[in-house]
Amino acid sequence: MPIQYYIYFCLALFSIGVVGVLTRRNAIIVFMCIELMLNAVNLLLVAFSKMYNGLAVQNGVANTAGIDAQIFVFFIMVVAAAEVSIGLAIIVMMYRNTHSIDINFLNRLKN
Amino acid sequence: MNIVEILFYALSVFAIVCAIMVLISKNPIHSVLWLILVFFAISGHYILLNAQFLAIVNIIVYAGAIMVLFLFVIMLINVKKDSEPQKQLFVKLIGVIAGGSFLTLSISLVKQAMPLVGKTVPLKEGTIGLIHPLGKALFNDYVVPFEISSVLFLSAMVGAVLIGKK
Repeated sequence: MPIQYYIYFCLALFSIGVVGVLTRRNAIIVFMCIELMLNAVNLLLVAFSKMYNGLAVQNGVANTAGIDAQIFVFFIMVVAAAEVSIGLAIIVMMYRNTHSIDINFLNRLKN
Repeated sequence: MNIVEILFYALSVFAIVCAIMVLISKNPIHSVLWLILVFFAISGHYILLNAQFLAIVNIIVYAGAIMVLFLFVIMLINVKKDSEPQKQLFVKLIGVIAGGSFLTLSISLVKQAMPLVGKTVPLKEGTIGLIHPLGKALFNDYVVPFEISSVLFLSAMVGAVLIGKK
């Protein structure tokens, strides 16, 4: 499978996430679109690691080339889990204070 | 066209359709359920790439833990189904145009990129995605970031409790 197909697919998922962040006003859905973008990047990292590994195996270099990218994806998932817990706590706190999760109410820093 | 390519195209189309449904569904709970389907499709892609450990971790962490957290928060704050005021039409149009132009620009850049020509991703083979090599790399070369991430989790837990407490 050519690497370009994976890049096109991940770009499409990432762009859908960008459109969601730009057009929706519900804070939870904006947050979910950020998760979608994060997953698109993860999939692209794994695809590039397999591409690099395939090239290295063809050239007869080490068998474990490209394993770093998969470790990186693992750490990205770890950090995303921590980020989601903090972000959802912030959304709950925002709902307690304003009784809404509309992100357009979050403009107090503007003035 | 062999079975692997058919699976690749089917999973890609399924993931993109579900991702669009995340955007256009009005009810946030439906959005969460569509997003879980997107994560299952991405896990299918990981299995096609023979990254079995990441496929399982993706299902457990994303589709299991994080999405349950989202559902729990949506149920907790009890938003009305149509309490989300709609943005004006031209704001939506501008958002779609911005995303679409980003997509076309990047696709045209990738099409011109010479270092990518002829590179292929070997599907269904390779051993770097299995647990044995990943565990060896994680506990030899990356043991310090692994331990630091546990400190990160501790601080995230303390922070979530502190923010969530009234």
